[in-house]
Amino acid sequence: MTSTTSTPAASALDTVEHAARTPETGQPWSELGLKQDEYARIRDILGRRPTGAELAMYSVMWSEHCSYKSSKAHLKQFGEKAPDSDALLVGIGENAGVVDVGQGYAVTFKVESHNHPSYVEPYQGAATGVGGIVRDILAMGARPVAVQDPLRFGAPEHPDTKRVLPGVVAGVGGYGNCLGLPNIGGEVVFDPCYQGNPLVNALCVGVMRHSDIHLAQASGPGNKVILYGARTGGDGIGGVSVLASETFESAQGPAKRPSVQVGDPFQEKLLIECTLEVFREQLVAGIQDLGGAGLSCATSELASAGSGGMRVELDAVPLRDSSLSPEEILMSESQERMCAVVEPDKVDRFLEVCEKWDVLATVIGEVTEGERLEVFWHGERIVDVPPRTVAHEGPVYHRPYERPRWQDELQADGPERLPRPATGGELRAAVLQSVSSPNQASKSWVTDQYDRYVLGNTVLAQPEDGGVIRIDEETGLGVAVATDGNGRYAKLDPYAGAQLALAESYRNVAATGARPLAVTDCLNFGSPEDPAVMWQFAEACRGLADACRELGTPVTGGNVSLYNQTGEQAIHPTPVVGVLGVIDDVARRTPMGFAAEGQLLYLLGDTREELGGSAWAQVAHGHLGGLPPRVDLARERLLAEILIAASRDGMIDAAHDVSDGGLIQTVAESCLRGGRGARLIVPDGLSAFTFLFSESQGRAVVSVPRSEELRFTDMCAARGLPATRIGVVDGQEVEVQGEFGIPLDELREAYERTLPELFG
Amino acid sequence: MSAPAAVPERPDGSGDLERSVRIGVVTFPGSLDDRDAERAVRLAGGTPVALWHRDPDLHGVDAVVLPGGFSYGDYLRCGAIARFSPVMGPLVERAREGLPVLGICNGFQVLCESHLLPGALTRNDHLHFVCRDQRLRVENAGTAWTGDYRAGQEITVPLKNGEGGYVADERTLDALEAEGRVVFRYVGGNPNGSRRDIAGITNEAGNVVGLMPHPEHAVEALTGPTTDGLSLFTSALKRLVSA
Repeated sequence: MTSTTSTPAASALDTVEHAARTPETGQPWSELGLKQDEYARIRDILGRRPTGAELAMYSVMWSEHCSYKSSKAHLKQFGEKAPDSDALLVGIGENAGVVDVGQGYAVTFKVESHNHPSYVEPYQGAATGVGGIVRDILAMGARPVAVQDPLRFGAPEHPDTKRVLPGVVAGVGGYGNCLGLPNIGGEVVFDPCYQGNPLVNALCVGVMRHSDIHLAQASGPGNKVILYGARTGGDGIGGVSVLASETFESAQGPAKRPSVQVGDPFQEKLLIECTLEVFREQLVAGIQDLGGAGLSCATSELASAGSGGMRVELDAVPLRDSSLSPEEILMSESQERMCAVVEPDKVDRFLEVCEKWDVLATVIGEVTEGERLEVFWHGERIVDVPPRTVAHEGPVYHRPYERPRWQDELQADGPERLPRPATGGELRAAVLQSVSSPNQASKSWVTDQYDRYVLGNTVLAQPEDGGVIRIDEETGLGVAVATDGNGRYAKLDPYAGAQLALAESYRNVAATGARPLAVTDCLNFGSPEDPAVMWQFAEACRGLADACRELGTPVTGGNVSLYNQTGEQAIHPTPVVGVLGVIDDVARRTPMGFAAEGQLLYLLGDTREELGGSAWAQVAHGHLGGLPPRVDLARERLLAEILIAASRDGMIDAAHDVSDGGLIQTVAESCLRGGRGARLIVPDGLSAFTFLFSESQGRAVVSVPRSEELRFTDMCAARGLPATRIGVVDGQEVEVQGEFGIPLDELREAYERTLPELFG
Repeated sequence: MSAPAAVPERPDGSGDLERSVRIGVVTFPGSLDDRDAERAVRLAGGTPVALWHRDPDLHGVDAVVLPGGFSYGDYLRCGAIARFSPVMGPLVERAREGLPVLGICNGFQVLCESHLLPGALTRNDHLHFVCRDQRLRVENAGTAWTGDYRAGQEITVPLKNGEGGYVADERTLDALEAEGRVVFRYVGGNPNGSRRDIAGITNEAGNVVGLMPHPEHAVEALTGPTTDGLSLFTSALKRLVSA
């Protein structure tokens, strides 16, 4: 069986009957990204060779991006080890998980990657990444209420970063702003490992009533299948199989630019309002968004999850380009499209609502009695497959994995040998160098390009620890969301690194006063065909699943992005973890800024000398080695409980977690945010350097009114959480007593100038 | 999604008159801040009325807000298509007769395209979308929408736009200045290259006001940088009640 590019469809329509009669016809399975054994399996399933259209469907649905064939075996743990949680209304497997947040409200959230398209075409890649995740949330029946974008780029001074970053940021903003969704958080991280493989992840949160949950399934023979939204064009054809499932080899083969989709946020805004209206009028039996793999995915997933089969008249699909072949229509990833299953007597009303919103809607098929997905082209049958074999029974690989030999060397090369600042003057210089480094500096050059106000329910947004959105104006019920990841930690130890990503995100949610409930993850890794990368992936999954169980926060869904690799150069393993929390009254949220003169600063948690993978090691020495900070999930849990109780009972006025950059980064950010200085005292038993720069986990700094001090410290003591008084909010300078002082203006200048200088 | 925030009734019933004032908020396809504008009207004490772009009827409202967003995607010129919506016919007519009309951001752009206000809004000079808390000076406290401010008062409200640079020819700018029709001016840095730091203007009669910043996002301490924006809405309500 050799793969050939001369498709029979080029000359005549390759119908099911034609395929059955011509078993020997060569097919371009390899060019479509299928392996030889996968092609053989398709022939086995069908008992004949697939038609061109069937081959197109299988190739996109069995791609790494859609089928999770390399990752599935490891992702199972998220279900198997899931903690008991009565908050979970819909678990893994649907478009997005759904969490009960009380008062009859449910919240759905999910993070996804759009890494490869964003490197090829930064603006459209990032824009359609936002569009795709928003449709996922919409398809659950929820109104999207906020987005966040964790972004990772190559070296900040690299010329290509100046191409990619401004385009990605403009794309995220251009799409999200025009859609009317507040952007309330995220990350911007630089590391040379992302030079050829930037990571563009996008998270969306949606809100609905319990009764409004909609699932992607097509049941009830006779129900109509309606395609609505944008017309289908030639954009993004094969995007899934060609782009997301292959590494970028050095410039060989045809240009891949045309495979990136083009977004139209205005169309998506109409799609949102129109979809919410058809939900409200209960006109929908099942619904699915069209994203990667387009109609192939939507029809096969809807039919696979339902009770019957489906018949689709492909020539009814409205086209932007009338020359598209049936295969191309099935594979097109044109954006801003949805597919709904509607009972026959509700079709007219459904179409009326679409017309009201100027949304094109077309009946393209119906649910059938059988168990086949059949697609017709001008009356001729070109697809006849069992839908489950396309959508849910793709190949599963148990790829070999092995701890790489260099891992030991990396861990042995600890930061202990690195020269450290010793005098007050040296410490002062190190602090200014750290806070002005691109990773630690203010990200407002990026986030000021995002609308954080629209919808009028944003209670906290970046640079706060977590974004907080009010969901009920009368009761004040709200949700908090944070996303975090640290590829440097994960490179040193992928098991611990994944847990640290969760721990930070969990801590950030708790710092706002919200109770963490559930997790979504975006697992960004290199090529699964490299056993070392596969080991990183396996370790990260195991670490994250174990930590979710211990923290009581189940994974509700997410996304895997593999092949983030150029040649032999894989990215750092980068699990990005989003945590969703609930806060009963957003008026009680805890902001991060130190705003009240004279309040006492307490450091919660233990500080050890932990500098492996730290921001200091990177900024001062360009060093990555040793072990990441120790993980203590029981401590994270205790810290979160204290932060939540202190918020609820009004014992603290500000809280900010300690993470990369250490305590001095935390204090600097809180001082600048609140416009007040701080006087700090190095606690007994710690060197000033360790106190300022260590990245020990399970810590936060809180600002306590003097009147609450006793009550607060009593609570910490009773619960066994170390709380150390480290200073006071005071003046217009950040001072470490006996060491140095930095006026706020100077600190602000250092913190804020970096990104504008780099990116204008 | 959620129920509107209840405004507590005043024990003496003095809120009743304001409550009887109905302020329309137009939704164009692509309007984004329409719900926010409705909330601001409600918090100010009035009754918001949703108006639909295809419906050429103002349903007897006492004033109209054109909200922010990207009407029709703003793919041509901002506000250029919205201007031809069926609802704009009666709106322009009534505005010329004195109906209080407030255009915020995209709404300001629509008012300029409709020639209810002079000038135009162009791409920010730095070419980026910008979202920030913006200080403004109230230059004219005599319009239908600014009576509750003091002339010279400084306020802070969110600004968020990609095409907020106000331009007009020199003669128009001179006339606006001379006639006191510059209503809001940027303070503490011009965020978009607007001529003469102009953030908002009014027509000759003072009933039509357009501004780029978003007062409807500064009506609650919890969600806005301040509550400075609420006074635009209370100003209109007072004017209408006393009329």
